[in-house]
Amino acid sequence: MTFDLRQNKMTQISKITPHEPHTVYIRPSKGLSSLNLRDLWIYRELIYFMVWRDIKVKYKQTLLGMAWAVVQPVMTMLVFTFLFDKVAKLPTEGVPYPVFSFTALLPWGLFVTALNQGSRALVAHQNMVTKIYFPRLILPTASVFAGLVDFVIAFFILVALMLYYQVTPAWHLLWTLPLFLLLAIITALGIALWLSAINVQYRDVNQALPFLTQFWLFATPVAYSASVISAKWQVVYSLNPMAGVVNGFRWALLGVGNGPDFTFWVSATISILIFISGLFYFKSMEKTFADTI
Amino acid sequence: MTISISVKNIGKRYKIGAAETKFRYNMLRDVIVDTVSAPVRLAKALVGKSDRRQNQNYVWALKDVSFDLEEGKVLGIVGRNGAGKSTLLKILSRVTEPTVGTVTVRGRVGSLLEVGTGFHPELSGRENIYMNGAILGMKRTEIDSKFDEIVDFSEVGQFIDTPVKRYSSGMYLRLAFAVAAHLEPEILVVDEVLAVGDAEFQKKCLGKMGDVAQQGRTVLFVSHNMSAILRLTQEAIVLNKGQMIMRAPSQEAVDYYLSSGQSQAGEKLWTEEDVSQKDAEFTPISLKVKERSGKVVDTVRSTESVFIEFEYQLNSSITGLRVGLYVSTMRGEYIFTSFDTDDAALYENFDTRSAGRYVSRAEIPADIFNEGRYMVGVNASSFGVKRYFMDENALAFSVDISGAPGTQWGEPRVGPVRPRLNWKIEKISD
Repeated sequence: MTFDLRQNKMTQISKITPHEPHTVYIRPSKGLSSLNLRDLWIYRELIYFMVWRDIKVKYKQTLLGMAWAVVQPVMTMLVFTFLFDKVAKLPTEGVPYPVFSFTALLPWGLFVTALNQGSRALVAHQNMVTKIYFPRLILPTASVFAGLVDFVIAFFILVALMLYYQVTPAWHLLWTLPLFLLLAIITALGIALWLSAINVQYRDVNQALPFLTQFWLFATPVAYSASVISAKWQVVYSLNPMAGVVNGFRWALLGVGNGPDFTFWVSATISILIFISGLFYFKSMEKTFADTI
Repeated sequence: MTISISVKNIGKRYKIGAAETKFRYNMLRDVIVDTVSAPVRLAKALVGKSDRRQNQNYVWALKDVSFDLEEGKVLGIVGRNGAGKSTLLKILSRVTEPTVGTVTVRGRVGSLLEVGTGFHPELSGRENIYMNGAILGMKRTEIDSKFDEIVDFSEVGQFIDTPVKRYSSGMYLRLAFAVAAHLEPEILVVDEVLAVGDAEFQKKCLGKMGDVAQQGRTVLFVSHNMSAILRLTQEAIVLNKGQMIMRAPSQEAVDYYLSSGQSQAGEKLWTEEDVSQKDAEFTPISLKVKERSGKVVDTVRSTESVFIEFEYQLNSSITGLRVGLYVSTMRGEYIFTSFDTDDAALYENFDTRSAGRYVSRAEIPADIFNEGRYMVGVNASSFGVKRYFMDENALAFSVDISGAPGTQWGEPRVGPVRPRLNWKIEKISD
């Protein structure tokens, strides 16, 4: 291969983007490094692209395509209806059971996506993590946001179900729904941060996940009403952050349950604690990701 | 001139040994013990007192490296595998943090070591350009404005809306390189990408690098290809065992690197400090290039057989051991690989080698090599189980071609091999 730089003037030379280069200092970070939100802001478009890619790729080369986002929660709802309504005849506070359980399956689906996709977010993108710099927080965040798309699709199903069963939404409470959605996102993100960071070092997470998901589903009032739990266990029960989220959704959409009471605030506090501790744990482990993954 | 990169006393320490102790399941007993002790291990790991920590050795992949690089300069980095080149680049591109020291970098660092990172086979070329651009830190508007240029450069043209899983490997690579090359960072880091792709494309890549340098941007260029280093850089640093041992004009640095890699002419002897204590099962002793008479030589004749002898000590018996030679050009292109138990009979007879001192001797037949200098690497491993020893640049030797086929013309021939082919010439009609 003979080649000379001088021949090279013919090649098209593209313009340098006119922006003042900023200086980056690279040094060992000590203790809990700063959260470096500035970088997260610079790379905000990457979150969008990652979400977009996840959605685009998720149903590629599948027969049903996007319909899967509908099939999964609907099938779960049908199974629940058969088992817990027709067979076990659980109380639903006057709401038709399909609507009652589907309302809970919305935030639950978001949470399960965070558990499954979020915990794998770093390991699945090993070659990105070991080859280039970008704020690592983007990976678990994007996987949770991708779950929001399924959430929106499932939400339309819920609207259809409510119309079919002629359930009137609790109009006066509906404005609180975005707040509960935010809480659901915070909870899901918090768990995704913890699991994705642990998974980098201990792949035990993959083994524990199916069991954890199943266990958590039964510990959360998705298939049944939280009111079946006896009063003295209510506080212990509310230590599950998803209990607060699911109860909140039912209250805001259907007007059932007590609304934000003491047990709700216990749940919400746990959610926020998981999120903040997850953020710090993630940041403290971040510097070793490329070496240990 | 402004300083573009300032590296001050950086070092990077890695833990080694951890993974090996964890998954060493030799016997069923180990598996059972491991399973039973799992809850204890989990508890210890959670309170941060992993028992594995005691078994961990540390190794400094990079130590006390300092240099400043002015804006618009092209700096070459040379060194053997494991010398710390990749670690240095990873620190500069912020993939990993240094254990000690600081680096000040002025501007965006783009590296061509990440070619194709984040490419998804199901997405089309167009989608991957946007995706990959975003991963590399480009804004959407920036990608929009360079989109046509990227497509032109990649030459994938009409296939831009086809999923990249349908691309040939060449198209895939060209597209990936095109995105990385148009990132236009203030500092560009290039690591060995030129080893891939066809000659035409390599030429284009080197051209792009030249452009970048001409535009006054800073380039760090890592390569085993010494001629590329000489052509593209004015200055180079030599890394050895994590330390920077030289910074000099490229010609001087390359000469130093090529001559320091081999200790004695025709012979390499391993001293104790070269060999890590951890792998005490296998200890290399010497590697020699000999001619038929048994004399150790630095230059062999291509028309005669060459004998390569690797002497080593086994401190315990090893099953499935194979000792291999890798012969490559000085540019790092492999010519061939061969193992001492390639032959079926030897493979049967030497299934297990007991402790003791051995020599594995290979005869390389005449009429293989072309004129030039070649590198011999050695490797000792049990296939799929463990690698006991490896030195990719153990010893170099030269080949003299007097009397070889075709020397009557006295012109150099391209290619590292110069076989004596069995030509026949027939006249098939008038």
